[in-house]
Amino acid sequence: MSVFAELIGHYNYFITIFLMMAGLYIVIARGNMIKKLVGLSLFQTSVYLLYVTPGKIAGGTVPIIDPAYSIYSNPLPHVLILTAIVVGIATLALGLALVVRIHEAYGTIEEDEIFARDGEI
Amino acid sequence: MLSADPVNLVAAALLVPLGAAALIPLGHKYPNLREAVTIVAAVVLALVVWSLLPSILAGATPRLTVTEVLPGMRLALAVEPLGMLFALVAGSLWLVNAVYSIGYMRANDEPRQTTFYMCFAVAISATMGIAFAENLFTLFLFYELLTLSTYPLVTHKATAEAMRAGRVYLGLLIGTSMVLLLPAIIITSVVAGTLDFTAGGILSGKLGAAGLGLLLALFIFGIGKAALMPFHFWLPAAMVAPTPVSALLHAVAVVKAGVFTVLKVIVYIFGVDTLAQAGSGAWLAWAAGATIILASIAALRQDNLKKRLAYSTVSQLSYVVLASALFTPIAVVGAAMHIAAHAVSKITLFFAAGAIYTAAHKSEISQLDGIGIKMPWTMGAFAIGALAMIGVPPTAGFLGKWYILQGAMQSTNWLAVGVVVVSTVLNAAYFLPIIFRAFLKMPAAKSPAWVAAHPEERADHGEAPLPMVLALLATALATVLMFFRPDVPLALAKLMIGG
Amino acid sequence: MTAIAPHLPVLQVLVPMFAAVFTSFMRRGNSAWLMAVAASWLSLAISLALLAQVLQSAAPVSYVLGGWAVPFGIEYRVDRLNGFVLLIVNLVGSMIIPFAGTSVRKEIDGNQQAWFYTMYLLCLTGLLGISVSGDAFNVFVFLEVSSLSTYVLIAMGRHRRALLASYQYLIIGTIGASFYVIGIGLLYLATGSLNLADIASRIGPGMTEYSRPILAALAFLSVGICLKLALFPLHVWLPNAYAYAPSAAAAFLAGTATKVAVYLLIRIYFSIYGVAFGIDVLPVYMVVLLLSLAAMLIASFSAIFEANAKRMLAYSSVAQIGYITLGIALANVSGLTGGLVHMFNHAMIKTTLFMALGAVFYRIGSVQVADMAGIGRRMPVTMAAFTVAGLGLIGIPGTAGFISKWYLVIGAIERGYWPVVALVVASSLLAVIYVGRVVESAYFREPSKTVRDATDPPALMLVPIAVLAALSVYFGLDTRLSAGLARGAAEMLLGGMR
Repeated sequence: MSVFAELIGHYNYFITIFLMMAGLYIVIARGNMIKKLVGLSLFQTSVYLLYVTPGKIAGGTVPIIDPAYSIYSNPLPHVLILTAIVVGIATLALGLALVVRIHEAYGTIEEDEIFARDGEI
Repeated sequence: MLSADPVNLVAAALLVPLGAAALIPLGHKYPNLREAVTIVAAVVLALVVWSLLPSILAGATPRLTVTEVLPGMRLALAVEPLGMLFALVAGSLWLVNAVYSIGYMRANDEPRQTTFYMCFAVAISATMGIAFAENLFTLFLFYELLTLSTYPLVTHKATAEAMRAGRVYLGLLIGTSMVLLLPAIIITSVVAGTLDFTAGGILSGKLGAAGLGLLLALFIFGIGKAALMPFHFWLPAAMVAPTPVSALLHAVAVVKAGVFTVLKVIVYIFGVDTLAQAGSGAWLAWAAGATIILASIAALRQDNLKKRLAYSTVSQLSYVVLASALFTPIAVVGAAMHIAAHAVSKITLFFAAGAIYTAAHKSEISQLDGIGIKMPWTMGAFAIGALAMIGVPPTAGFLGKWYILQGAMQSTNWLAVGVVVVSTVLNAAYFLPIIFRAFLKMPAAKSPAWVAAHPEERADHGEAPLPMVLALLATALATVLMFFRPDVPLALAKLMIGG
Repeated sequence: MTAIAPHLPVLQVLVPMFAAVFTSFMRRGNSAWLMAVAASWLSLAISLALLAQVLQSAAPVSYVLGGWAVPFGIEYRVDRLNGFVLLIVNLVGSMIIPFAGTSVRKEIDGNQQAWFYTMYLLCLTGLLGISVSGDAFNVFVFLEVSSLSTYVLIAMGRHRRALLASYQYLIIGTIGASFYVIGIGLLYLATGSLNLADIASRIGPGMTEYSRPILAALAFLSVGICLKLALFPLHVWLPNAYAYAPSAAAAFLAGTATKVAVYLLIRIYFSIYGVAFGIDVLPVYMVVLLLSLAAMLIASFSAIFEANAKRMLAYSSVAQIGYITLGIALANVSGLTGGLVHMFNHAMIKTTLFMALGAVFYRIGSVQVADMAGIGRRMPVTMAAFTVAGLGLIGIPGTAGFISKWYLVIGAIERGYWPVVALVVASSLLAVIYVGRVVESAYFREPSKTVRDATDPPALMLVPIAVLAALSVYFGLDTRLSAGLARGAAEMLLGGMR
């Protein structure tokens, strides 16, 4: 029972870990450059979850000071992750831009074909 | 010049050749000007080192600290007797060699002469730095500078063979110094807390017998320039260089820097007494003895004159190592004497080889039949040099061997005595046939067809250009003179052991 | 001056950042270049002033942003360690940027030149920000600022492979940065703080039991940062990135980017976790030690067989980073001094080498070792600088590289790691080979037709090359600034002040 509670109680972490592994797997296993970027995004998103979910305090409320409440959730992780999301979008945008340029230069976005065209670099 | 402050003279000894190296490229388009710079610098350097002599003989030790690189690690110069002797030899012979070089390089129409003279001057400056180094760090710095500045001289011809030789040269000298010598220096620094050359050594009581033996091995094999087997290959390889380089650098400056460093390390870092008491240096006499004998045998098998001389150098260098491995003061005197004696005689031999190459375009011993008749002065000088190698009086070579033998007898090291005797026989075996060929064996008559097919064979050649002949006669004369007037080297050598 | 003095830590970041904003509005490459030069040199002046402040006071120079008290607000905190790192970054930047003017005009299209300088300034901002910030998350933001601009800089290379190299670096760099964020997140969960000094005091030496998040955080931080600093075997992105980036960008990155990542690693290992942790709790130093040795040997071998001189230098960088991390792994004063001073020395040396190759590319349009045959006599000053810096790479006495090696070997001897001593000295022989290949080709082979017409580059390129080469010798003979500061930082990191 306690093991089950332990598992259920940390379900947010299991989702995080699942997303993280899935993202990393896609980055490693896929040869399509767009799919790699999707995997990368997934991986980054899992990190957002890792930060955001512990910010929630059981029974806590939004952190607006009010005499009626004494327990607040921690707002800082949200703020941090807002920044991280911005960074993630910038990365994704740049990555996609690079893929467009690579497509222009090579005519393909499959890694195997690019290596075949240019030789292993 | 004579009245100048010794400290300034020490600085001048390094700066004069360095300054020359900076000026030489400016004379790129004016060969006469360029060579004049070399000659003037060589004259000034000779004056400088000889002016330094009286104060050293009077017991002074001029010191000059350039900079403190790290706490306790100084770039500093100090003149002690052995270094003075080395500087005298190298400094004086540079002048002779400069005269010879001009004759050789012009007569053979060598390319890239500006680079040649420039690197040569840098090498001399580095040699002076080695001679006057006050501590191991300074010595190591100039040691590496000497390797690097002589590398372009070895590869001077820029042929595939020269490049290969250059790689061997650089690989062995940098390799041994970086992998063995540098750790040895760092360990010394950690163990002794200093790197200064100190009379009596800095390691007594700091390490056990095994530690001393191991450290000694790191030092001795790390000093690749001493050409102790099996790290001697670079020297025969370096013979692709133009002969003036082989003569001054690979018979005097570079190789003597090696044995000089060995001597310095044994006398001033370990201390002769420390090593003798610990008994951790016995293997060194064996290693040196083996090198002497094996290199002599190798020399016997060489037909190329310069290669034979190179192996002879390998063997002669180990006399110095052998002498220092006897760990007795009198043998150390012998080592110092041998450094000076071998320098003047071996440079004579190389000068002669270069003169033969220039005048007759011959480099193999088997081609030398009867050449003594056509080039009597050159081959006469060669004969004197060869006798000095064997150690026959009245030549300088006798003195070094005499003291080394005395040291060997004193320490009842019969191995050393045996090695000296056997190697003397071997020396005779590989030098006398050359003299015999040159003067007594007439060349076989060539058919007219053969002569027509070999236009480069000049039967009517005489002596090499005058500057070359003058240079080799001067060093031959010095070889003999040193036997009769060994005052200066002997006084310096005895000063070193505190006599 | 006195009014500005307290604000120097934040100005260190703001100056290049605002300069980047201005250059992004510029259309002409030359005016952007002038702006970049002004910002880089001003930045150097700021870092020198900061260093002087740090050396005068015993405590670190602290600056709180927006008046929020530590540990809640973001703190910029400069001590002996990052004062030293700031100096390295700025020194390299101020030398690169005059060189870049000519090089960029040749290698980058006219309408993109201003963007190049914008990206350069942003990269500089990011690197300085990482060094100066005392807030773990702020460090991440700057890490991404520098990374994103680096991806763009690399992609500006002329060859289409530059795009590929940039893409690969983007993927790996983002994973690395994400690992760093995960590590920081775990530390935040465990300690409730993002201020590095505050985290350090909460993990404290008094702690005997470490919770699992703290251990896991170290693992994530180590891997994440080691990806950024290209510790073997996480270095695969680096050779292509440096080889195909524009010359000026490659030179700048080689001198600074990995150094700053190393700084971050040192900060985390020594300031936050402390020496005892890395030895007793998790064997991180042993892992780093082994990887460093592998880097020194394997990457050097790769360099030997590389036909493209720029890639060769990139592999050499991986090897040299091994020396720096070796100093970290030795974790004693001599070893760490060696690692830190090598950050400084290698920055001088490698920047010189890359700039010299940039000059060669400027003249002959290639950096293949075979194409550089005979160039030594056509571009004498450039190749002399290359040779001198190459000697520094080998560690010839009298050059800066020797000083690093000296300290590293002493550090290894003090730990009793004799095989490490042997490998350190042996690996410098590999440097002899790969530097020797270029030198041999440049001086002793017959020049080809393109090389025959080459001459030394314009003074604006040549002077920085010559100055840095001279510095790499100067810091081999006078080490008060380099080794003196490094030793001070090492003693601080290992001494009482955590």
